[in-house]
Amino acid sequence: MEYSSLHRQLATMKKSFFDQGFLDEQFFQIEELQDDVSPNFVEEVVTLFFKDSLRLMGNIDHALEKFPQDFDRLDSLIHQLKGSASSIGAAKMKNECTVFRDFCDKENQEGCIRSFQKVKKEHACLRQKLENYFQLLRQVGPVAKATRSGN
Amino acid sequence: MAVDTETQFHVLAVDDSLLDRKLIERLLKTSSFQVTTVDSGSKALEVLGLREDQQPEHNEIEVNLVITDYCMPGMTGYDLLKKIKESSSLKDIPVVIMSSENVPSRINRCLEGGAEEFFLKPVQLSDLKRLRPHILKGKSKEQETENTTIISTSTGTTSSSGSNKRTAIAIDEDLAPNKRTRLRFSSSSSLTLV
Repeated sequence: MEYSSLHRQLATMKKSFFDQGFLDEQFFQIEELQDDVSPNFVEEVVTLFFKDSLRLMGNIDHALEKFPQDFDRLDSLIHQLKGSASSIGAAKMKNECTVFRDFCDKENQEGCIRSFQKVKKEHACLRQKLENYFQLLRQVGPVAKATRSGN
Repeated sequence: MAVDTETQFHVLAVDDSLLDRKLIERLLKTSSFQVTTVDSGSKALEVLGLREDQQPEHNEIEVNLVITDYCMPGMTGYDLLKKIKESSSLKDIPVVIMSSENVPSRINRCLEGGAEEFFLKPVQLSDLKRLRPHILKGKSKEQETENTTIISTSTGTTSSSGSNKRTAIAIDEDLAPNKRTRLRFSSSSSLTLV
């Protein structure tokens, strides 16, 4: 049946996100908060995350251009970005933020620039994956949420 | 499910991150709390009715618990905690602090400053189950202003005023640091005791 095939695709996709370390347990927690009262909660949260993180990354880009570098301000921005990533369960991105922050603590400008590129890469990768996921989810429709057996 | 009481308690959530505010609001509503969210400590104080003179005639809204992020620009969660605890009208409102960073000295500072709990972010539904007892305790403190009731019998301290009772409670908490530590870290993946 076409319906359960989409279900399976969704479940497989989501499982791969976890197995490959893109998402962690926190993403599950967010899914648990979705219900009839807030039927689009997960997508709303994810959308908010990408909007918020793009803004923060833009600020980080500007901050990295400064000479001499204001590492305190940079640290504050990374802290916010890492916090957001952690809040939605974006595990790989969170880990790259940790590496980035370490370079910032050591006031290593080169290291900061390199690791920020990795953060951006993880961000873009996750964004693509989740966009695909929600596109598929929309095809399946609201009924799927009531019968989510592929967790 | 609110088994112990049918009253809907009102929680004020403070966080400068819009994303985190959305999450904590949903978590609180799912746990049957009424929620108000604000993005700063100063806005929180406005909601609590505490203006510069520190003597509100009345609270605009009754708040049963404040849950606040630690790291915020301007007034930190700790600053907000202190302001609440230093206010005669607000000091019995339980305050919970959240942080994405596991810094033992920070955690201890907050607990010593009067915070009931310190949650590591991301906060989970199971963490919020610990809020209701603090609210109920806070309410009973309000009702027993002249009482000499002691919450914990393990201290020898008798109290004859609200502030002494607060100390008695703090002493009780200090006597059971392991309990508090386990509770604090039960929601995170780390089992390290402070």
